Amino acid sequence: MTAEHKLFAYAPAPESRSVVDIAPSYGLFVDGEFTEAADGKVFKSVAPATEEVLSEVARAGEADVERAVAAARRAFTSWSALPGAERGKYLFRIARIIQERSRELAVLETLDNGKPIRETRDADLPLVAAHFFYYAGWADKLGYAGFGPDPKPLGVAGQVIPWNFPLLMLAWKIAPALACGNTVVLKPAETTPLSALFFADICRQAGLPRGVVNILPGYGDAGAALVAHPDVDKVAFTGSTAVGKEIARSVAGTDKRLTLELGGKGANIVFDDAPVDQAVEGIVGGIFFNQGQVCCAGSRLLVQESVADEVLDALKRRLATLRLGDPLDKNTDIGAINSAEQLARITELADAGDAEGAQRWTAPCELPDSGYWFAPTLFTGVTQAHRVAREEIFGPVLSVLTFRTPAEAVAKANNTPYGLSAGVWTEKGSRILAMADRLRAGVVWANTFNKFDPTSPFGGYKESGFGREGGRHGLEAYLR
Amino acid sequence: MPRIPTAAAGPPASLADVTASDGALRRFLHGLPGVDPVGLEARAAALGTRSIKTTAKAYALDLAVSMIDLTTLEGSDTPGKVRSLCAKARTPDPTDRTTPEVAAVCVYPDLAAVAAEALAGSGVKVASVATAFPSGRAALEVKLADTRAALAAGADEIDMVIDRGAFLAGRYLEVYEQIRAVRQAAAGARLKVIFETGELSTYDNIRRASWLGMLAGADFIKTSTGKVGVNATPANTLVLLEAVRDYRAATGVQVGVKPAGGIRTAKDAVKFLVLVNETAGDDWLDNRWFRFGASSLLNDLLMQRQKLRTGRYSGPDYVTVD
Repeated sequence: MTAEHKLFAYAPAPESRSVVDIAPSYGLFVDGEFTEAADGKVFKSVAPATEEVLSEVARAGEADVERAVAAARRAFTSWSALPGAERGKYLFRIARIIQERSRELAVLETLDNGKPIRETRDADLPLVAAHFFYYAGWADKLGYAGFGPDPKPLGVAGQVIPWNFPLLMLAWKIAPALACGNTVVLKPAETTPLSALFFADICRQAGLPRGVVNILPGYGDAGAALVAHPDVDKVAFTGSTAVGKEIARSVAGTDKRLTLELGGKGANIVFDDAPVDQAVEGIVGGIFFNQGQVCCAGSRLLVQESVADEVLDALKRRLATLRLGDPLDKNTDIGAINSAEQLARITELADAGDAEGAQRWTAPCELPDSGYWFAPTLFTGVTQAHRVAREEIFGPVLSVLTFRTPAEAVAKANNTPYGLSAGVWTEKGSRILAMADRLRAGVVWANTFNKFDPTSPFGGYKESGFGREGGRHGLEAYLR
Repeated sequence: MPRIPTAAAGPPASLADVTASDGALRRFLHGLPGVDPVGLEARAAALGTRSIKTTAKAYALDLAVSMIDLTTLEGSDTPGKVRSLCAKARTPDPTDRTTPEVAAVCVYPDLAAVAAEALAGSGVKVASVATAFPSGRAALEVKLADTRAALAAGADEIDMVIDRGAFLAGRYLEVYEQIRAVRQAAAGARLKVIFETGELSTYDNIRRASWLGMLAGADFIKTSTGKVGVNATPANTLVLLEAVRDYRAATGVQVGVKPAGGIRTAKDAVKFLVLVNETAGDDWLDNRWFRFGASSLLNDLLMQRQKLRTGRYSGPDYVTVD
């Protein structure tokens, strides 16, 4: 049923754009100042929902990486010498400013990324602030974190983050690094540089010493130069497995420390005794949260064959109620795909699903005329051999497979080069524990999915990467 | 209106065997999918963040007014109080005759005749609680006599309570048979079955009670009496809505839902309508299938309605207190 035939059709409820003031151009943030790129290059950041150009941003090159790493190195001496309690004060101050400016940042993130305001407002921004608060608390307690009585920072951290949760990934990287006494050079993704530049402004507002945080918007070349820079002591990357492998090659043979948080093909396993209505919500949240552009998305639904029809009927009924459209509308559930390239990648893989004989079902919804959109889609009749079951799609596409026994569920769930996330749905507590023991995934959710908390470590097995972010474990990557 | 099968006849043939014995009924109810409380409450809360503005709000406010069972259930109720409530039910806002009338006035059986007289000629129904409301602690014969008295006094709708003691003791068939007996005594009237969800306590129990009530022939399933600590909540109403949705899918029989107690503001009422809209759907967006058991809610809806019409919020002295 389309929206106009509904009895109770929700009128547009857009969040106001006026709470955020986006400048026509932005510089790099190096040594506490906004500056142009050495070679004067710029690139445009586009709103994926409308293809509107939001701002023109300086594009970092090799010379800028040189400058930024030098600034971070200079700042390291005094920053690392500060008592932990003093570093904690800066982080608490940053966390509070993020909370105070959360509405502005939520609207900005929604504009630049394309994700719904409901998610930036209720998920991204609260988690960003929570990460800074959490690691602020660790700054003066590092001697009690289990890494020796007097752990030391590593030095300069080169950090490269993706576009799917721009500000949240920044928080995951910068908060623990700073708490431990490191200084950072961070490169945001080329399609979503704006929130990192607003964060630079927050660092100034908080009075953070110059050079402690440096932000270099740019493309892959800037990221490659950053991770290869000889004066970088620590590399942290979140993004695709292909780029992660390149980075691993680039730092091999150096004494740089490395953590990688890469792709995933999470299995969401629904047993016949699952709480069906909540499992359906978990499946929806698992794959359609952030348009499926989530490394730990539950992109493979493994449902016990005896309840497969029932679960799929309920799932399709639920998907028909999802509201796709203007990401700034407070009632929007599904926003835009982040870029034309990503949309092309999703489209190509979904077409491969058709070609390989899986059955496509698409939620009945109209797509806007401009911008990058992909309707919530599921494939049934999928086997382990299909590309849609093996490759990370990073989009709102769910592959549905069935299993007969718990052992078969484990075998299928683990039968992937990835190992980032998994979900188990059953009312039987002992089965949850047994499954969690046998699933090779960094996080296993029980009767829920895509739940995040700064106290909980997050990271992968196998080609999903190594190292943990979040929690006490997240400190280890930034200490020696 | 298309002819919709009613629940009055009891379980459809496809489910007839589940009430054949206490054991069969227990196995059926315990075989229903469980409810995960964390996920359920998260879903109810997420739907509570929907932003309902302008035309959607106007629609929702009018719909909510038309769905109210305007209720007074106090020991201090008098004929005068009931008459004034009935006047309010017929003409909720004397300054705006476009305001819909409410669905029903809900009273104790001994005042049903007063309500019937005061509502004669209007579209507002007389609903009467019965079966030793609110505790339900009386012999079946007393409950049936209570029901007959309400009907004789002119009640169109009967709001009965289940025997929570029997339910919690696991005597499901006894609860079922009591509802059947009241159902038969109230033939021709619409029967609302109150579970007192606050006393059933778990969502699993609430789901089981929902199916038990529907199998026994309830026209409406209703959360609560308004007389205990926890009454209607978005989460327990969501369980009822899922149950009526699933029951219709399984049997073709449509059953209504009535949250009661604790819904006092227009904002809350709109949240419940969002739950209806996104769980059961269009077919339940009508006072034949969804009601609010409430009293103070009506005036808040009227004030919001006036605000939407005039752009000004005039305050509680500009709606009538009855």
